[in-house]
Amino acid sequence: MDEMSHKGTSRRGFLRAGLAAGGALTALGTAARASGPDPLITEVQPWASQLGDGVDVAPYGMPIRFEEHVIRRNVEWLTAETASSINFTPLHELDGIITPNGLCFERHHGGAAEIAKSDWRLMINGLVETPLVFTFADLMRFPRVNKIHFLECAANGGMEWAGAQLNGCQFTHGMIHNVMYTGVMLKDILAEAGVKTEGKWLLAEGADASGMTRSIPMEKALDDCMIAFKMNGEMLRKEQGYPARLVVPGWEGNMWIKWIRRLEVGDQPWEQREETSKYTDTMEDGRSRRWTWVMDAKSVITNPSPQAPITHGPGRTVITGVAWSGRGTIPRVDVTLNGGKTWFPARMDGPSLDKSMHRFYYEFDWDGSELLLQSRAVDSTGYVQPTKNQLRAFRGVNSVYHNNGIATWWVKPDGSAENVEIS
Amino acid sequence: MSRFLNVLLASTLLAGPAMAEKIGLGRAALPEEITAWDIDVRPDGQGLPEGSGSVADGEELFSEKCAVCHGEFGEGVDNWPKLSGGQGTLDRDDPDKTIGSYWPYLSTAFDYVHRAMPFGQAQTLAADEVYAIVAYILYNNDLVEDDFVLSRENFTEVVLPNAEGFFFDDRDQTEVPAFTVEPCMENCKEKAEVTMRAAVLDVTPDDPTDDAATLIAAAAPAPEPAASPAPVSVAVAKPPVAAGYTISTDPALISAGEKVFKTCASCHKIGEGAKNATGPIMTGIVGRQAGTIEGFKYSKPMQEAGAGGLVWTPDNIAAYLRDPKGFVPKNKMAFNGLKKQDDIDAVIAYIASHGG
Repeated sequence: MDEMSHKGTSRRGFLRAGLAAGGALTALGTAARASGPDPLITEVQPWASQLGDGVDVAPYGMPIRFEEHVIRRNVEWLTAETASSINFTPLHELDGIITPNGLCFERHHGGAAEIAKSDWRLMINGLVETPLVFTFADLMRFPRVNKIHFLECAANGGMEWAGAQLNGCQFTHGMIHNVMYTGVMLKDILAEAGVKTEGKWLLAEGADASGMTRSIPMEKALDDCMIAFKMNGEMLRKEQGYPARLVVPGWEGNMWIKWIRRLEVGDQPWEQREETSKYTDTMEDGRSRRWTWVMDAKSVITNPSPQAPITHGPGRTVITGVAWSGRGTIPRVDVTLNGGKTWFPARMDGPSLDKSMHRFYYEFDWDGSELLLQSRAVDSTGYVQPTKNQLRAFRGVNSVYHNNGIATWWVKPDGSAENVEIS
Repeated sequence: MSRFLNVLLASTLLAGPAMAEKIGLGRAALPEEITAWDIDVRPDGQGLPEGSGSVADGEELFSEKCAVCHGEFGEGVDNWPKLSGGQGTLDRDDPDKTIGSYWPYLSTAFDYVHRAMPFGQAQTLAADEVYAIVAYILYNNDLVEDDFVLSRENFTEVVLPNAEGFFFDDRDQTEVPAFTVEPCMENCKEKAEVTMRAAVLDVTPDDPTDDAATLIAAAAPAPEPAASPAPVSVAVAKPPVAAGYTISTDPALISAGEKVFKTCASCHKIGEGAKNATGPIMTGIVGRQAGTIEGFKYSKPMQEAGAGGLVWTPDNIAAYLRDPKGFVPKNKMAFNGLKKQDDIDAVIAYIASHGG
């Protein structure tokens, strides 16, 4: 079936077709035998005979049309308006650890500002020896660094506190991306203005219509924060803060101010909207945790998952997923097939970098029976990703933010998977 | 150790965190530049501008500029934030988090209204207007009387009810030790049964590509693939436009109009697939009877204007955009209007390029 016919048929029609086909699949098993010669092999295909596109058909290349379903998606009922909203990275369609630029989830509070490099200014003021203004050209004259870091929204998984709600890891875990940033260390920029001794806090401010602001402790600002202008080698996308954004490794995404225009040094935090009324975690007794900046270790199985069922029937099956921690690296991920009764170490593959996404695999022979799939990350500090119930024991269910609990996919004999809660 | 080194060491320690050497990039920021951008306000009042505003003035401003999303009393419309009420709900399921029930500092409300509101028209409010709107929000939360006037002088005297309701991140003392244990690998629990299902709740966006059965069916050998459907063409009916007007189709003007429309876009969507938001869709609005976009809840005055024969001819759109409140009094659009004729011409050309 090609992707065109797939698109045109109604969802319900497919549901019926799928149920019928699912039964047949199980019976087929894996050692499929060819019923006759495959015309894709025996007949000369058009692409093997006629010329394909020449160079420059797409001066800036896009994915082939067969992949056009691989997109960020929005959950409309979550927010009132797309200019102050979020969409989600299609984790179930990705592999490795790098998120392609066009698939990095978007979170705006006043829409994506459009600012030319020539119109960009960065001001440093407050408790500094000399308040300064930089142009983009100035920024390019600082020493550059390249770092791969995950950016996770504090609200990632926020809809799942009270129970399984959204059916797909794109929606339950897709407020995250992992790219290589090229930029300048924040400490080098601050040094130009000269931070005064009493300067313990930094206010970072965006140039967008929300005037996004966050207070960052100076210790973090001078440690590993960057002002980045490139992601995965090219200029930042508009929706990721073109031409320059803040990078705050391992800390919640809201602090990574996009379209950054100002850094103010002060002796106390500013208590802005996004660090008081939002991004604070309300506990069962009604009191709320603040300054919950570090993102705890977390993992998710991306395949199979509700949007990416097992389509080949019983036999060799590849489980894969991603894991990350705001406290370091992920040396280990465990996978369970039976809801946590028995666990197996997954195989980590690809670069293992500080505060970056990690990729894991677990290959096994599926017997076609029901599975309760979970993954459990263990980070380099020894912190073990908790179950949702372990988290709820500390926080209740009104916390909204920082849900790093273990997710469960219920895989059924037809290969479909569903987001569930288990005992 | 030489005296020079001692001095160097002492000064390094005094300087606090180790800083890199200066390169000499950037230029000095001018005082008027700092004033223009540094508008942040702290809980101790640092950053508050001169000024004051009363609950009464705030009520009027709020009704004009804020109520379209937040409701006349800050009760919130649809998914837009609720600003008042909710006290005593923080320890319940789905707590009602408003400025009165949740926000710890009033300075945050002033700072945020000043920097980011009204939504889509940020930084258009004068300091006195911000004081008045914040005073009215306090009044709606039963925190001040109706004769209250908020000013720079009395600002820090206002303490919000949940000021003491926060504590610092304690995960390192509570959760981290509890979760930093050797993980169990075998015989970890007796039972694992499904207790809740996302598919039963069914709130996931509907799309064939995220439907498991669809994908399984797509991957299965399909004896008779469904025929590719013919592309559905959406014909945009051309409503009659009053004679005598020509709408420019100059691409440069349309493009300029697209930029102007950004001011409108926070409430009005346009183009194929556009849906009503805070305001009705603008697709095909030119030449249409006022107050008739399906599914949009118009104000009574706008419905009446349409029923009375108001049609969105280019001239009428221009007059409305010049003075929204004057052209259709008491309609609910929270927009002061476009002042420049060039902007009006451009935005009409842009809107007309989407049907009409």
